[in-house]
Amino acid sequence: MASLIGYYSLIIGLFCSLLTIFYSIKNFNDNNVIKKEVLFFTFLQFFFVIISFLGLIVSFIISDFSNETVFNHSHTTKPLFYKISGTWGNHEGSLLLWLLVLTLFIFLFLLKSNNQPKKYRILTLAFQQIIITGFFIFLIKTSSPFNYIFPIPSEGLGLNPILQDPALAIHPPILYLGYVGSSIIFSSALAATASGYISKDWAKHIKGWVLISWFFLTLGILLGSIWAYYELGWGGFWFWDPVENVSLMPWLALTTLLHCILALEKRSILTSWVIILSIATFTLSMCGTFLVRSGILNSVHTFANDPDRGLFILIFLFSLIFLSLFIFFYFHKNENKNFKFFLLSKETSILVNNWFMMYFLSVILVGTIYPIFLEVISSEKISVGPPFYTKLIVPFLIPFLFAMAIGPKLKWIKSEVQNKINLIIFLVISFLISFLILKNLNDNFLLNSILLTSAFYLFFITTKDFMIKKIQNFSQNLAHFGFSLLILSILLNNIFSTEVITNLKIGETFKSKNLSINFQSIDQKDEQNFKSLIGKFEINSSKDESIILKPELRIYNQPNIITSEADIKISLLKDRFITMNSVQNQNYFNIRYQVKPLMIWIWISVLLISFAGISSFIRKIYEN
Amino acid sequence: MYGRKVKLRFFFILSAFLILVLSIALILKSLEENVVYFQSPSEIKEFLEVKKKKIRVGGMVKNDSISIKSEELEFIITDFKSEINVVYSGAIPNLFEEGKGVVAEGFLKDKNFFIATKILAKHDENYMPPEVKEALKEK
Repeated sequence: MASLIGYYSLIIGLFCSLLTIFYSIKNFNDNNVIKKEVLFFTFLQFFFVIISFLGLIVSFIISDFSNETVFNHSHTTKPLFYKISGTWGNHEGSLLLWLLVLTLFIFLFLLKSNNQPKKYRILTLAFQQIIITGFFIFLIKTSSPFNYIFPIPSEGLGLNPILQDPALAIHPPILYLGYVGSSIIFSSALAATASGYISKDWAKHIKGWVLISWFFLTLGILLGSIWAYYELGWGGFWFWDPVENVSLMPWLALTTLLHCILALEKRSILTSWVIILSIATFTLSMCGTFLVRSGILNSVHTFANDPDRGLFILIFLFSLIFLSLFIFFYFHKNENKNFKFFLLSKETSILVNNWFMMYFLSVILVGTIYPIFLEVISSEKISVGPPFYTKLIVPFLIPFLFAMAIGPKLKWIKSEVQNKINLIIFLVISFLISFLILKNLNDNFLLNSILLTSAFYLFFITTKDFMIKKIQNFSQNLAHFGFSLLILSILLNNIFSTEVITNLKIGETFKSKNLSINFQSIDQKDEQNFKSLIGKFEINSSKDESIILKPELRIYNQPNIITSEADIKISLLKDRFITMNSVQNQNYFNIRYQVKPLMIWIWISVLLISFAGISSFIRKIYEN
Repeated sequence: MYGRKVKLRFFFILSAFLILVLSIALILKSLEENVVYFQSPSEIKEFLEVKKKKIRVGGMVKNDSISIKSEELEFIITDFKSEINVVYSGAIPNLFEEGKGVVAEGFLKDKNFFIATKILAKHDENYMPPEVKEALKEK
């Protein structure tokens, strides 16, 4: 029943889309207000997508296995929380969520843009409706979440256990708010180009949307990263896996856009660049969806391996790119105003930021796309690993960090660096500290110490600005401070992480010079939908007090999968992290013990960065 | 002859172009150095020489081939045509089992002996790495 309601709501939603487009075209040249019909149908569409989404949630909650999606991804013994989060833990449901956010955002956009020109609003709505229609057709035609199966199975297949996790339950909705938020920026940039409204006013108005999408995208990536850290059991936070890269690429484009919008808002320069970045951000988000959903990239995100779906997204993607390029070249007149700008100015520093960001973006793009490309043309299978990215990105962080420290101090048009002595003193202090920290390090001393110096430099300068500056640049300052903290934590984490991997039987002890791991016992416990084996390990190290860690092995009933749950002792200075794993038919357990310095600061700094986005957004609302 | 502005613009475009070319060259060069090729045991048997480059080997874990000691793990990867012995010390993923697909990354000692530095994790019991599927199909 709920599935049926859900399905018909989707069809009605699609019709609303067509009606909205129809009325927008009719309304385009009328008078100066948007017709009631347009608003009404946009709302109606949003309403029906909510109904449809609720229908799917209800089907999951009551375990209605006549619904194919529920049958494939749920099970009666699954806890209620994961039944609900299972709604978007699969291909069909997650697309419905995309659609929900798409319709929500355009509805909000119409409500919040009353003071903008009518033509621009109508055009934005029309472009957004084109995207929405595309997704409706995609959903109904190739991946309907409401397919019926008969005879009705008595039990479902269950959700992949590693997805049964609180961080991952909210990761997709948050990430989608960011991805889909970029669709508004895309539609709005096209509409503004077509109606000749690219201006300071437009920049001011769209900045809020950029900030809010950026906030959610940052938070979404953070959640995914935290999950990978404790659930996949590898103890890292970023693996340069293609599915991670496809979320980082829109983030880089969006971050660049965030900086360029400033230049447009204050100086009306970089107009073409802003349009291109708006288009690129959404295109990269779509590309990400395509790569992840089409089954080209293998990962936990690949829910289905259906070539039709991939083909549809690919065609849709190319038509959107074609449409946007056409609009850009046909409508956009680059008014070559006689603007002045000097080498030492905020404009230059924003340009420098742009160049670096685009370089990082292209490195990641090449590393992600090239293996796919090569396989298609030569059927040679390759993979590009972390060394590629580290080698190409890390050295360039040095000038990037220095530019980040100095750039915000410069003024528009022409500027001079003030307090030169101060800046140099900070540089010397940063270098001394880095030298002291790293003096016992043998390999790569030079690169690491310069990197650390530049990170400390940014850290000190932003900290100093907090102390003396007025509240004016709070958000920017906080974001840059967070970034310096992030780089510092990542660097020190990378340099000083240690790990021990060994195979132990119950009762055995691993011993090395300053560490001993004693495998004391194993306990068994029955939970709702899994059996759990809990190991007990006593860790003695010469530096710290001894601790007991209890990693877990979970044997899920449906689907029948074993997962290992890490046990982590978190402290401000370091995380101590242990996982255990059974090996088939053997008495030995595979034990991995890691000491990861400053791990918690990586999460905190990203939180600070995303908080900077939201604080700037709140300030913007407050000012209006 | 030309104004300062034209010169400046020319200089700007030239340097932008140079930076672009340089960064593309840099990216392509490191790409060449850092890619890891995927091979099946049969393909390894056909190698003319054993290179010191990192590769990935994929196939099935042969039945009754796993043996474990406190420091290392030994097993055999097969594509039902050729086999290769693997020695590995490191973290073992959850779904590493006899009779299931596996991808190991590491270095060849000779054509029959592979020293793995990493065994790749899988996320799902039905999942077979496409490389492995293909390697098995080719047999």
